[in-house]
Amino acid sequence: MAVMSMIEAIRDALAAEMARDERVILLGEDIGRNGGVFRATEGLQERFGEDRVVDMPVSEAVIAGSAVGLAASGMIPVPEIQFLGFGSQAFHQIEGQIARMRFRSQGRFGMPIVIRAPFGGNVRTPELHSDAHEAKYANSPGLKVVMPATAYDARGLLVEAIRDPDPVLFCEPLRGYRLAKDEVPAHEYTVPFGRARLVRKGTDIVVIAWSAAVHVAAEAAERAAAEGISVGVLDLRTLVPLDEQGIADAVAATGRALVVHEAPLTGGFGAEVVATIQENAFWSLQAPIARITAPDAPYPIASIEEYYIPSVDRVLDGIRRVVGEA
Amino acid sequence: MSVQATNGVADDPTAPVTRMAPDGTLSTGYAPALPDQEILAAFRLMLLTRVYDTRAFSLQRQGRVGTLSTATGQEAAIVGSSWALEPARDWVVPQYREIAALLRQGVALERFLLYFMGNPVGNRIEEGVNAMPIQISLGSQVPHAVGLAWGLRLQGRDGVVLTYFGEGASSEGDVHEAMNLAGVRRAPVIFFLQNNGWAISTPVAKQSATRSFAARAAGYGFAGATVDGNDLLAVYDVTRQAVERALAGEGPTLIEAVTYRLGPHNTADDPTRYVDHDELERRRGLDPIERVRAFLRGRGLLTEEEEEALRSELTEQVERAVRAAESHPPARAEQLFDHVYANPFARFDAQRAALDAGEPV
Repeated sequence: MAVMSMIEAIRDALAAEMARDERVILLGEDIGRNGGVFRATEGLQERFGEDRVVDMPVSEAVIAGSAVGLAASGMIPVPEIQFLGFGSQAFHQIEGQIARMRFRSQGRFGMPIVIRAPFGGNVRTPELHSDAHEAKYANSPGLKVVMPATAYDARGLLVEAIRDPDPVLFCEPLRGYRLAKDEVPAHEYTVPFGRARLVRKGTDIVVIAWSAAVHVAAEAAERAAAEGISVGVLDLRTLVPLDEQGIADAVAATGRALVVHEAPLTGGFGAEVVATIQENAFWSLQAPIARITAPDAPYPIASIEEYYIPSVDRVLDGIRRVVGEA
Repeated sequence: MSVQATNGVADDPTAPVTRMAPDGTLSTGYAPALPDQEILAAFRLMLLTRVYDTRAFSLQRQGRVGTLSTATGQEAAIVGSSWALEPARDWVVPQYREIAALLRQGVALERFLLYFMGNPVGNRIEEGVNAMPIQISLGSQVPHAVGLAWGLRLQGRDGVVLTYFGEGASSEGDVHEAMNLAGVRRAPVIFFLQNNGWAISTPVAKQSATRSFAARAAGYGFAGATVDGNDLLAVYDVTRQAVERALAGEGPTLIEAVTYRLGPHNTADDPTRYVDHDELERRRGLDPIERVRAFLRGRGLLTEEEEEALRSELTEQVERAVRAAESHPPARAEQLFDHVYANPFARFDAQRAALDAGEPV
């Protein structure tokens, strides 16, 4: 075991899968000679060549769209969208083409494509670099949506994604790239989709989160413990597939739930989680479920972003409110 | 930056290549690259398309098939270009009007009817047939064609990818992005742009200020050519050259086939609202099927009696396809879930199970 940052874990997963399967090809802006703007692909072009780590034109739609044809030719494309917010310029190819080509072609053309996309706030980026757009992809049938919070999960889930015959959107938290550091085994492993991770056990309330918000939830839980509130934290890891049983079990164990995400409130994936709890664990509830999210406003410029995405203080406040309503 | 001059093809990518006058006579000094029997076979496919389109349109009016688009007036462009491909080696990535090209690649006629009658399995193209399914989203298939061509090349496989789209779809950003990438990667792809004059009701002049769509190729660093899209032999020759260039590693070609949509955009469209009657009549005089027929007559390759027999045979072929498609079991509700995921999961399986258990849909 070695302690590794998430960016190192992602690079390791890419290198290992490229070495294992010569059909794996990486596409993206600045991923070759520059090694990616966050160095996720550093050294890979030198190792695997310019035909397998391809510097693409500034063209998100054809980065995603050419992956459809590459997959149809028998390859396993791993396109990088430099920031998830730029994915809107490829959304029609991801939602309208990649996600439904297997269905449209009635099984002839599977799309074993993994779209990697960094996102998330509190790293002082310009506009459209931070937006948490996961909900619109989760509402795109045919696609799977993966959102790791740790280096261990990033590596295991990325290997799983590359080997999965279905298309996957793999969202990488910018804030977690270097801050999320944990033990990653040297041997090969995968993390299965659809199994949430209980980060911390609690008896009073469970906070449900994904990606970088998991760390905010864990810190709030730690502070709540000092106040005598026992808080569990559940990391969903993947939104599609969704671990409905894991959510129901966590809520049954506590009777209270708080959902945290970086995306705006209305239509955010938190609404899906709340509805799922209501369907599967209603009789376990001792208090209304609450959500701590970004407001229904566009992602702001950096000077005020700390007021926008959920902070430890806001999550702690949410925990106190839900527990107080018992 | 143009298709090399051979056999009379101009170096100017904006000058339309022609081989055959509307009365079927060949250009002076031109000898067809295709043998007579091949021209006859291509004519047969053009006529089959026309017979099929006429029948499908009438089936739609009877409520037996859903909304569809016909290729009326564009048969030479579609058949001539697909005839330049080697179906076992080359690929077709269609929009939705190019059924003739898919037939030539090896798709069975009844599959289209099955699909337009509402059964999703009709859209499955069998293994070994080098084609992707029809694409409803305009221009979205063009990036796919580039990726496919690039992928073939990366794997050292021979083969050219020909993708169809119209002058309307060429306004989509996807087409620009795809052509740009194709130029960079020198992908063995042919962009076959059918300029049929109309995007539903929008005329070319409102689609683009360019006087030549083929001229755009220069901006992407590859060859462009303009061809009379109602001239079967010209379309074949120009596409053939593009295939040879692609196979030789010389990269993509953009071909603008200037043709005219003689029918409506689709079965839901009423072109009398926007197409000038006299202009349409003038264009009917340039029908690509009439042109090849006149050529074949003049060459003694097809008598009136032979054509009548051929037409009966094709009509029967279409009727057989209609019967086969209509005798197929109707689509079932469970097909909502077929082929959505290769590896489905609990929530998805539960939705399917609820349907299987007979819950109302």
